[in-house]
Amino acid sequence: MSEPLFEMKNVETPDEAIIKMKGIEKHFGSVIALSGVSLDVLPGECHCLLGDNGAGKSTFIKTMSGVHKPSAGEIYFEGKPMNFQRPRDAISAGIATVYQDLAMIPLMSVTRNFFMGNEPTKKIAGISFFDHEHANEVTMAEMKKMGINLRSPDQAVGTLSGGERQTVAIARAVHFGAKILILDEPTSALGVRQTANVLATVDRVRKQGIGVVFITHNVRHAMAVGDRFTVLDRGKTLGTAKRGEITPEELQDLMAGGQELATLEGSLGGTV
Amino acid sequence: MTQAEQTLPESDERIKERSSFHKALIRPELGGVCGTILVFLFFFLTARDSGMFSPAGVLNWSIVSSQFIIIAVGACLLMIAGEFDLSVGSMIGFSGMSIALLSVTFGWPVWLAIITTFILCMGVGALNGWLVIKTGLPSFIVTLAFLFILRGLTIFAAISTTSKTIIGGIRDVAEGDWLAPFFGGKVLTGVFQWMGDEGWIEVYTRGIKKGQPVVEGIPMLMVWALVLVIFGHWLLTKTKFGNWIFAAGGDAQAARYVGVPVNRVKILMFMFTAFCACVFATAQVMEFGSAGADRGLLKEFEAIISVVIGGALLTGGYGSVIGAALGAIIFGVVQQGLFFAGVESSLFRVFLGVILLLAVILNTYIRRMITGEK
Ligand SMILES: Nc1ncnc2c1ncn2[C@@H]1O[C@H](COP(=O)(O)OP(=O)(O)OP(=O)(O)O)[C@@H](O)[C@H]1O
Ligand SMILES: [Mg+2]
Repeated sequence: MSEPLFEMKNVETPDEAIIKMKGIEKHFGSVIALSGVSLDVLPGECHCLLGDNGAGKSTFIKTMSGVHKPSAGEIYFEGKPMNFQRPRDAISAGIATVYQDLAMIPLMSVTRNFFMGNEPTKKIAGISFFDHEHANEVTMAEMKKMGINLRSPDQAVGTLSGGERQTVAIARAVHFGAKILILDEPTSALGVRQTANVLATVDRVRKQGIGVVFITHNVRHAMAVGDRFTVLDRGKTLGTAKRGEITPEELQDLMAGGQELATLEGSLGGTV
Repeated sequence: MTQAEQTLPESDERIKERSSFHKALIRPELGGVCGTILVFLFFFLTARDSGMFSPAGVLNWSIVSSQFIIIAVGACLLMIAGEFDLSVGSMIGFSGMSIALLSVTFGWPVWLAIITTFILCMGVGALNGWLVIKTGLPSFIVTLAFLFILRGLTIFAAISTTSKTIIGGIRDVAEGDWLAPFFGGKVLTGVFQWMGDEGWIEVYTRGIKKGQPVVEGIPMLMVWALVLVIFGHWLLTKTKFGNWIFAAGGDAQAARYVGVPVNRVKILMFMFTAFCACVFATAQVMEFGSAGADRGLLKEFEAIISVVIGGALLTGGYGSVIGAALGAIIFGVVQQGLFFAGVESSLFRVFLGVILLLAVILNTYIRRMITGEK
């Protein structure tokens, strides 16, 4: 039983990767959240990032989206070394992110949230105005595409359910997402239909040639859309596997440290 | 119907259709609107014959209300951006004294003294904001420090240069200045003279002013108040920057995630608040012809109270400039109205406290309805 269930290879990164992260480290004071994580995203692929709670997944994608500056490591965006100082830089480079904590403001309307940081403007007599009309139309249309009927675009986000909020966040990222879309556990709060919607959206986005980074704990969701799977454990990469090279069971075991889960599964009657 | 609409179940059946009347009513300003109606109704019934609603009476409470409006607009935008400025009152004393010292004592041209003071004040505002952002301390504490620092500096500067705390003679030095009338002047004087000549408004019947209307024109103070309200309302609701103000106060971290320059927004709002305080002070100095080191005492609270009556949330992210202006009008009308009604002036505070409480209760109720807060 001491043999690893599956040996993951460190696949050589192809050159056409949109973003290439090399040996990323992140320290918060004395906490080492990441100690050398590498990952790359190809156009049109869905790269799943898996790992236990506290493995460093959120921290890692935040170094990708400019929220955290890595303590060490290199980022190449479209082949060129990049140094994101702030989220704005990553956004304008074409990286859209849905954070686990959503980055939605409950007091503000759906439209105001949707366009936060990307407000459309129109000029009237040389003065720049927030184009509410256009913004409302786009918001309603995008939400409808995701399977949610809004009462009105003026509705405050605070009046939406958790899943609806998540859907707004995803719709927002998809709408503005240029080259890379990062989703941090987008399906964790969603019902069956919304989950199917999100997975379908990931698939649709991927077909447009956008690279998707999809964080999840749910192997079934990962298997449904993933092209490659990278597993993080305690701030390190365990490795990357391609679709078809790994079975759901192997992935499940890797995520939770093999044997322990196997024992647990026995006692739970195979329900995990 | 489009494809998407057909495949969707109509989730709308779970939502009761709301009338447009209901929609128009449920606004952040509702508390302020109700309060204003109530206050006017009250004084119309109790003080109608006191001259409160004559041209001179209207001018009287309009000026006081305008003063409140000017500082309330700044406090409102800053509060929505999630911060407080408790140094507004001290800033008023400070800027008035700065203008007086520079022009009267040091003999600078008044326009230069005014412009320098504005730059100085907005610099202090920026410093306030910068400290709040760099230290991560609550703005309550940082600006409380400046409440003392500015007041102390003002008194010290006055005493050490002139050994007085009140400096007069500003009207004389402001004579013929090009900038001073923008704060101390009156507009539409021709219209008022004409209305007086036509006998539509009261004119003096005796003395050197015989034939001139009692109300000569609209003071610039009121023009400033109007301009600031329009500007503030436009900025907040009609521009991209306005969305950033809401976002910065609603959840600074979430706003940063999506690329909103939160620090810049907050610092700019501190500077705007300082600008408003400086407008207030300049107009006051021009009107009184003097500056006093104790001017502006407690003004920060009056501004904050106006803003809160107007429906803004103390913790930021929610509010309305129109509401804040209505709050300021309530404040001004009550203060002057009780005087007209001949009510003991100490009751002003009682009245104000009651209105504050009622408005805030109503506001909280409305806000919960709009935002789904628990
Ligand atoms: N700002 C921070 N300051 C200090 N420690 C942090 C900070 N952010 C994250 N950490 C630590 O870094 C580690 C990784 O956290 P992270 O949020 O990246 O985990 P995760 O893989 O996203 O977990 P989950 O699946 O629960 O979302 C954790 O131990 C966490 O406590
Ligand atoms: Mg996480």
